[in-house]
Order: sequence, then structure tokens, then C-alpha cells
Amino acid sequence: MFSENMDVRSWQTLAEAVADELNAGAEGVIVPHGTDTLGYTSAALAFMLGDVPRPVVLVGAQRSSDRPSSDAYGNLLSSARFCVQADAAEVFVLMHGETSDTFAHVHRGTKARKMHTSRRDAFQSINAPPVARVDIEGGLELLAPCRPKGRGGVRPELAMEEEVGLLYFHPGMRPELVRKVAEGLRGLVVAGTGLGHVSQGVVTILREIVSQGKPVVMTSQCLGGRVNLNVYDTGRDLLSAGVIPGEDMLPETALVKLMWVLGRADDMEEVAKLMASNLRGEISERREL
Amino acid sequence: MHPVTCGLEVHQQLDTRKLFCSCRSQLVEGQGARFVRRLRPTQSELGEIDRAALAQAERGMRFTYQAPPGVSCLVEADEEPPHAADAEAVQAALIVSTLLGCQVMDEVHFMRKIVIDGSNTSGFQRTALVAVDGALEVDGRRIGIASLCLEEDAARKVDTKDREVTYRLDRLGIPLIEIATAPDMHDPEEVREVAQRLGSILRSTRMVKRGLGTIREDLNISVPGGARVEIKGAQDLGLLPTYVRTEMERQHALIEIKRLLRGRGATPVPLAVRDVTASLRDSRSKVLRSALSKGGKVLCAPLPLFAGALRSADGRLRLGAEMAQHARSRGVAGIFHSDELPGYGITAEEVQALRAELRLGERDAFVLCADMEDRAGPALLAALARANQALVGVPEETRDPLPDGTSVYSRPLPGAGRMYPETDVRPILIEPERLAGIRATLPELPEARIARLVGEYAINEQQARQLVRDGHDGLFEEVGRGKGMAAVAARTFLSTYPELQKEGVDLEALSDAKVREAFAALSAGRFAKEALPSVLREMAKGADAEGAMAALGLEAIDQRDAVRVLDAIIAERAEFVRERGEGAVGPLMGVAMKELRGKVDGKAAADLLRERVRVFLEG
Repeated sequence: MFSENMDVRSWQTLAEAVADELNAGAEGVIVPHGTDTLGYTSAALAFMLGDVPRPVVLVGAQRSSDRPSSDAYGNLLSSARFCVQADAAEVFVLMHGETSDTFAHVHRGTKARKMHTSRRDAFQSINAPPVARVDIEGGLELLAPCRPKGRGGVRPELAMEEEVGLLYFHPGMRPELVRKVAEGLRGLVVAGTGLGHVSQGVVTILREIVSQGKPVVMTSQCLGGRVNLNVYDTGRDLLSAGVIPGEDMLPETALVKLMWVLGRADDMEEVAKLMASNLRGEISERREL
Repeated sequence: MHPVTCGLEVHQQLDTRKLFCSCRSQLVEGQGARFVRRLRPTQSELGEIDRAALAQAERGMRFTYQAPPGVSCLVEADEEPPHAADAEAVQAALIVSTLLGCQVMDEVHFMRKIVIDGSNTSGFQRTALVAVDGALEVDGRRIGIASLCLEEDAARKVDTKDREVTYRLDRLGIPLIEIATAPDMHDPEEVREVAQRLGSILRSTRMVKRGLGTIREDLNISVPGGARVEIKGAQDLGLLPTYVRTEMERQHALIEIKRLLRGRGATPVPLAVRDVTASLRDSRSKVLRSALSKGGKVLCAPLPLFAGALRSADGRLRLGAEMAQHARSRGVAGIFHSDELPGYGITAEEVQALRAELRLGERDAFVLCADMEDRAGPALLAALARANQALVGVPEETRDPLPDGTSVYSRPLPGAGRMYPETDVRPILIEPERLAGIRATLPELPEARIARLVGEYAINEQQARQLVRDGHDGLFEEVGRGKGMAAVAARTFLSTYPELQKEGVDLEALSDAKVREAFAALSAGRFAKEALPSVLREMAKGADAEGAMAALGLEAIDQRDAVRVLDAIIAERAEFVRERGEGAVGPLMGVAMKELRGKVDGKAAADLLRERVRVFLEG
């Protein structure tokens, strides 16, 4: 199936299958996946599977495997090497680290984003260093701390609220449009400008949406960096409207997380608390220069 | 039966943007960014791995690419899908198809042809069949055109080291028109004539590149009882007949080897090698010692009943050389075989000992290879496999042309399974109206152009034909327009060029722009036409026209200065002139031209000298 046709149901099916493998004692699970929505699936698996005892690696190729120049082989081989050799047990994404067939980067599943339409090294860790570097001809280097492997199994928490949307704000966006979009939703993630802003008119609508008991989470179109709603008036207005700052989460990860959080909490305060907590490495505490 | 059957494939670079992106199609000096890749053979839709692709993969190569700016982008780096095919390149292919009377396809579909020697970053070459079933007539014989394709040129190999090849991406993606003739040629010279004619037709579109390496030929050659062998990538048209002749000889020799071996009852040798390092540990052979000192081994394989076939006493039968080429394709420097031993520092005693160890009789042969074991083994096995092919006859294969007119094994002929659709490029619909438009505005064909040059420039047909055949006609028309310039231009291209080439002057360095510049200076009267060859010689070395004239001390002088020079010469020889009268003009001409060569036109100088002698005599 084309990865753009993935949906919540397919994430759940996949999470169950991965859990079955881990519970049957697999050393690790490698999931070949189309690259277009690979980052959404890795986030979904990360939240659903929780503390996995052994690695789950999503892997893809930017050149199809029917071509002699495909990156599939190097990526697959590196995934297997990483599963066996690294003491790391989380949901990861592994793809080429540069255009050359030299090394692959391992990304945390909640931090990986496809940043190029076609290059082999399209995937990058956003607001976090890659977790590891795997040389395609052998060799492995851990670049960031991760959860060590352990014993036992997993109990996947599959429930998700499907009626959550992701809105990309732009100048001149009609507030009425935002109201309509939110009508059928249970929650909304906004990709705002800069530190996490939208126009004054849209702030008013967001206040209205929150007052209906629908959580609204603010992320940034900048991708890099953390939202901060204390710096400008607009930000402070958003805070007073009850909008939840999405910290340095990717907008897509925030969307998947909100779906998952709403699958287990109704209370607005509880939702806000969960969204602001780092559950699966989706929020970094601090970033150095 | 014909003594030889040949087909020709001509590959001509087009002077447009690249086929699948908007990069300039130009070769450059800069290396640009570097990246490294590997290629793996993939299965075709039939589930088969192509034999040519497999042979390449078995070499375990690593490829480094240089990506110079301006002439390569993400498309060449295989990091972005191809853009739509260049419209001008498609137009050029349609024009040439029409000129050759071909049937043009309704839809042009690009295909992927698997090539994993690294010359294409994707691992395949994109190629589209544009037209079929044309013909051209050469010396009254009809030569069929089997197909015309539009394809992308491969990357340029700039370095080969051990198991790493470096390519530059400037050439990758330059559009090529590939014209394949039917196997209709049966004479080595005819091959060259057909190639020249196709070159003239291609150039008549004025959309093709010129110069060394912009047109390349593949030759398919077979003799009765032989097999189709492809000599790929010849650049020197003059050598085409030689390649045909040497390949005919090679195939005849292989047929004779087969007869000899079968007559003796030879059977395929087992593909197994023995370690004979112990027996040759103390050999004084440099090759063996160098391999052993690096921790290598000497491996050996017997070839029962092959003696004399590896290299016959008269040097005609040379299966050993063929086997060595196959071994080298696996990365060793070479092999030794018993027909050339003792030799290369291996003594008669060592050969005898080896023969005893292997229990070989007089008609049996053996081969040796000394290198690291993981290299010598596969190399020797490749050599043995080639030996076994000799029992069947001439193997079908692709060979690389060498500058001496011979060729060397490169890989097996590709199978049919290596083509599959390029789904990233939409098919191009060719509407009948578009073809009608092309037919209505076809460029002038070579024969018509020859006739026109004769009429317009008052040169003879032989000259016009040669200008068109050698591709000088375009530039000739540019520089030959001025008064009296046609004759000078014709002489330049037809006499001066061959003379300069014979002197070793690099004519490639004499760009069209430089020739235009030289003729402009000549037309402006900056120097006399006699000096043109010297000026061009200087310009080929890198000078511009001004520099060339300065270096040669040429600066046309005006009438008054010429008169002064001539009067001085006459005054110095006053007695002689008085004695001989006007008869002195002839003998004085040599002296005068020593002073005036290149500064005054020869005929003008003679006229002026005659006039000054008269003036002197009249007192």
C-alpha cells in the first residue's frame, strides 16, 4: 500500500503485529515502510507501544528497490546491524545519513521528519541529534543516549481519537474557516508562525474552540526550535485562550500524540498535562548550540 | 557467403540542454562536490539477473562521483526524478528520423537499460525508441536503418584505481541520438563510409555537438562460423576499417583454435585451481616474488590438450591473451600460460617441475596466477571459463577498442532482459501534424549542400564533398563569404588542416571561434593570406589572433612602407637590376618576400616589385 493511504486503523494493526513479534521474543522488529508518511507511523508506534524492550526500526528507501542504485539494501542491512549491535530499545527511523552510500542515521521515532522530496538523506532529526550512525560497510556509533534493551514484552495501548486535525496557519486565513474546520473535530493542532502565532481573528476562534472542551495545541511552522507564547501579545492571548504550547514537538508528532492522548483522557487539564510531558522523547528539555 | 557482416551504431551528442534536466551539456575541468555509491544487480520482471550486469557486479566496485556545478544537479546525482525530456532534443531526433526516411513511433516511451558499471548513477541508462525502418544509400548500396533512439549519455570515467572508479557527472544526461544500421555492410571500408555519411546527415541539422568524443561508434562484427562481437565506443572514424579487419582475424583464429582442440579430443576443463605456491616459493620471477611478498599465493590450473592454442609459434592463435583479458577483468594484473614459458623470470626447470607435479603431457597446457588468494582464484576461474568457451567457438561479447586498432574483452553481450519501462518519464505523443511540419522544413541534405557549395563558392565538387564529409562545411560558409575568401577557406580546411595535424598540432584546440577570429583579421588586411597557416599554428598553441600576429612579427604594412622596402632592395642591387632589366624581378622576388612575407599579399608584392623596378629603370 502507498504510505499516504495509511490511517489510524493501519497504525493499530501494525502496532499489534510488532507487539506480537516482540512478545514472541524477537531481537528487534524491522518495519519497511513507504517514506511519505513514515514519520507519522513512527510517532504512532512510539506512543502505542510505550517502553519497548527491544528496538523497533522503521526503514524505507528513497530509490525503489528495482533500481541498481536503490538505497533499500544499505538501509535494510544497517537496520539489522543496529538491531543486533546497539543497546537501544525504542521506536526508531533509519535512513541514509548523506547522499553517499556510506552511513545511515538512526532517528528517534517521534523526532524524525522527511525534509526533502527525493534525496536519500531526506530524513532528519528535528530539535534533537540523530540517535546513532551506522556505517553501511560496518561500524556503529551511538550519538545520543537512549533506553537500553530489557526483558519482557509490551502491552500496546492502541486507542486513538481519529477526529483530530492539523491546521497550517497563513496570513489572511479567514477565522470563519478555522471555525468550520473545528466543527467536526475533537481536538486541533495548529502549525503557527514563528514562536507559535496566529492572527488576532484566529485567536478569537481558537478561544471559542477551547471553550467547547476541544483542546488546541500550538506548534511552529519553523519546525526548528520551541514555541514560546510568553514573548508577544499574540502568544499571551493564545495562552489566556487556553491553547496548549506544543514545546519543540514536530506538528505531525503533536497531531499523533493528541490523537493518542484523547484516546485515554477527556479532562482538559489532564490532556494539557500529558501534551506538555515528554512521553516518548517527543519533547527535548534543552538544546545546545 | 560474405567474408564479414557488420552493423554500425552511431552515437551523436546533441547541442541542447541535458535530456532530463536543464543543466548545460558541456564537459568541464572542475570536479565539484564528491559522493560515493555502490550499485547492485536487480532482477528484471522476468526474475532474471542480466549476465552483463552480473559480470559487472562480481567485480565488487565502488564508485566515486564528481558533481561539477552548472553541468550537474540532483537529477544526475540520482537524487531527484528526471524532468520531462528536452523538447529540442526530441525535435532533433524527429528531424534525423525523417531525414533517414524512418517510420516514427506514434508514442515515444523511455525505457531503463540496466548498466551497473557505475557510468549511470541510477544503474540504468534511459533510452527511447523514436523511429525504425529507414535507409540511406552509400555508393549505390542501400544500407538499412534498423532503429533511431534518443538516449542519455553516460558519466565520464576520470580515474580507475583498484576496485574504485571515479566518474564526472558533466557528461551524464547529455542527449544522444543513437542510429543503428541493419547488418548490411560487408567490407571494412564501407563501414567507414557509412559512418561518415551518417555523421554528415546528423550535422546537417545543426543541432549536434562537434569535436572529439561527441560522436562515438559501436561496431557489430561477425564472420561465417564466428559470432556477433560488439566493439563499443570507437571515436576515430579512420580506424573503423582496422577494427573490422583485426576482429575478422581474431574470429578466424578462434575458429581455428576450436578445430584444433576438437581434433585433439579436448574436453572442458574442470573449474578448479591448485595452490602451487610451495613449488615456486624460490622463483626469481619478479611478478611471483612481488605477489608472494605481499602474502599472496601462486594458483595454477591444468589445461589438458590445450598446448599451442594459448599462443601458437607463429603468434596467430592467442587464446592465452583472451584468457588473460578475462582474468584482468577480475582485478589481477595478468596470468602466465605454458605457451609463453619459460619466460618472465620463470625458468625451464621450474616449468618442468610444475609439469611433473601436475602430471602434464606434452600437449597439455597450464595457467598460473599470482596475487592475493581472493583475487587470483576468481581470476583464474574466469580464465578457465574463457578457455572452455574456445571449444564452442567465438563467444558473443562486448569489447573495448584500443588506439592501435585492436580491441580488448570488456563484458558479455547484454541479454534482452535488461530493459524495462522508465515510469518516471511520461510517454511523448508524436502527432502527424508535427511530423508534417518537420517534413516541410527539413534541413539541407549533404548531397544538396555539396551542389550548393560548388555553385555559390566556385569550388570544385571534390572540395565541396570533402568539406561536407569532414564536417567543415558550416564553418567554411561562415568564413568563406568575403571576396576571395572561399579559396583560402577551402585550402585551409583541406590542405592546411591535414598538414598541421601531420606536424602534431592539436586541431581540437583550434575552436570555431579561433578560426573565425583568424579569418576576420585576414579579411581586415591585418596580414597576408600566406601567413594564415602560421597564424593558425600559433593560435592552436593557445594564442589569440593578435598574439599570433605579434609572435610571428606580422603586421600588414601599407603601400608606402612596402615601396620603401622594395626600393631599398633595388638600390642595394642597382647594378644587377640595370644589367637584367625587368628580368631582375624574378630573382629579387625571393629577397623581397623574405622581408614582406605575411605583411603583403604575395601577388600584390610581385606586382609592386615589377612597378618599382620599372620606375628605377626609367630613372
